[in-house]
Amino acid sequence: MDMKVSKKKLGLKEKYQHMTRGLGWETTYQSMDEVFPYAKYEGIKIHDWDKWEDPFRLTMDAYWKYQAEKERKLYAIIDAYAQNNGHLSVTDARYINAVKLFLNGISPLEYMAHRGFAHAGRQFPGVGPRVACLMQSLDEIRHAQTQIHSLSNYNKYYNGFHEYRHMLERVWYLSVPRSFFDDAITAGPFEFMVAIGFSFEYVLTNLLFVPFVSGAAYNGDMGTMTFGFSAQSDEARHMTLGLEVIKFILEQDPDNLPIVQQWIDKWTWRGYRVLTLVGMMMDYMLPKRIMSWKEAWEVYFEENGGALFKDLARYGIRPPKWLDQIEQDKDHISHQAWATFYNYAAACNFHTWIPTDDEMDWLSQKYPNSFDKYYRPRLEYWREEAKKGNRFYNKTLPMLCQTCQIPMIFTEPGDPTQICYREVDYKGNKYHFCSDGCKEIFEHEPEKYIQSWLPVHQIYQGNCFNEGVDPTAEGFDPLAAVLDYYHLNFGRDNLDFEGSEDQKNFDAWRGMATKNT
Amino acid sequence: MSKVFIALQTNDDTRSIIQAILADNPHAIANEQPAMVKIDAEGSLVVRRSSIEDLIGRDFDLQELHINLISLTGHVDETDDELTLSWNT
Ligand SMILES: [Fe+2]
Ligand SMILES: [Fe+2]
Repeated sequence: MDMKVSKKKLGLKEKYQHMTRGLGWETTYQSMDEVFPYAKYEGIKIHDWDKWEDPFRLTMDAYWKYQAEKERKLYAIIDAYAQNNGHLSVTDARYINAVKLFLNGISPLEYMAHRGFAHAGRQFPGVGPRVACLMQSLDEIRHAQTQIHSLSNYNKYYNGFHEYRHMLERVWYLSVPRSFFDDAITAGPFEFMVAIGFSFEYVLTNLLFVPFVSGAAYNGDMGTMTFGFSAQSDEARHMTLGLEVIKFILEQDPDNLPIVQQWIDKWTWRGYRVLTLVGMMMDYMLPKRIMSWKEAWEVYFEENGGALFKDLARYGIRPPKWLDQIEQDKDHISHQAWATFYNYAAACNFHTWIPTDDEMDWLSQKYPNSFDKYYRPRLEYWREEAKKGNRFYNKTLPMLCQTCQIPMIFTEPGDPTQICYREVDYKGNKYHFCSDGCKEIFEHEPEKYIQSWLPVHQIYQGNCFNEGVDPTAEGFDPLAAVLDYYHLNFGRDNLDFEGSEDQKNFDAWRGMATKNT
Repeated sequence: MSKVFIALQTNDDTRSIIQAILADNPHAIANEQPAMVKIDAEGSLVVRRSSIEDLIGRDFDLQELHINLISLTGHVDETDDELTLSWNT
């Protein structure tokens, strides 16, 4: 009398098939072209969206289940870290500046990634990529929120965390990561996927999250380690999506190859430039170092990227352009970036310092071809000057690259003593670039990049002062006016680490945590 | 031949997973780094559900890997029983 019910569960492949493909349909009230207006204008030809395969075959129900578990683990640790005054267990207070850079420069990009994937997903006529983009969009808002929650604990005790949203759209160096993402999100949906899904997620994010987050753990920062690894646990899925996007597009039509190749060249270079900040964090801002920027680059870019591009060669894809320059640069960019932030420490929302002797020895050992010859003497000179009371603060505004917006600090390939300058005349104006890569990217889309909001130009045009400020007034101090506009507190958020409020507070609080006073 | 890798957080859940991966892939090498383990392997690497289940003594869904996964490279092929990473070259 009992009914025999088949209890056989659907296999992974069948379940994925039912939970994705079954959800889409051809629209009839409006044409598909009207419903998906951005699907064709970039020139990418797709003939069969059903050829899209998500290798993880993750469906929404499983997605919620595993993400919920990640969140529970994460918040348990964040709470424990806060309850135990975890911030006092970091190696030393200099480290906290790396976290400031992370919150100010990287977390807002997580939020932009959330918007970007929501937008791209909406624009794809195929159901497979739409579901994958939806998940990634949710992941990215989770990353933004968990980073803000974790780091708000530091904001209770240290300077420079207080207005990252306001600063993102104003502070000079933050225009570098911000414009990178603005560039991606204003591209078409396919370019966005190649830019962020493939070039950034697949080729470059390992460099950000893996060695840096492992470095956070090494420096006693359990909060950052936890949100970092929690975000990175989504990253494996994002990387797989990025690789799938490339394979799918290339398999659909041979005409897609040159378009995709140009995007890979552009976005690998753009992403590589942004990662200069990460190189500097790894080499200069982690008191206990885990691996050098150069070593991380060799493992995660040269080795992995090499394997990836060898694999993609069967589609006709070649490795990204300008790799020869990148190869030489790995000995230099982190040092050049740190020197720049040391110079401009008055206009920054984090502190800089001269590395200790031990740290300089580590840098010599990791950079035998460049550190002692080009960078150590300058740091030692600055240290001597600071001892005499002349801590060097550069008050001249730098020229910026029109494409990457980084000050012109990089050197000529083959000559680390010569700053690299490139320029282009376009419609009666002269535009400046840090490299052949940035110049060529501009030349391909000049109408886009002439609109760049360059912080230095904006300051000179008078657009970076609060309302009512009169730059012609007697005794006008432009730096002070710009810092007001940034909401940056002079003497607290900026200048050298030595003598900072953060340094004093950390020492006092750590003393209280370990002694009965 | 190109290398693939899988990186997992170091914790109690992953101890058996790592052990199973290393047993199923004799050519793989585990690199321990602060708070994480990175397993590198020439050509390809397989994560087998049954091997993990033998070690942990309960059912295991390969998608549980997502909770502790940090990163990976290579093409992913996942079924109910195995997750394989490989390059085509
Ligand atoms: Fe993210
Ligand atoms: Fe540039």
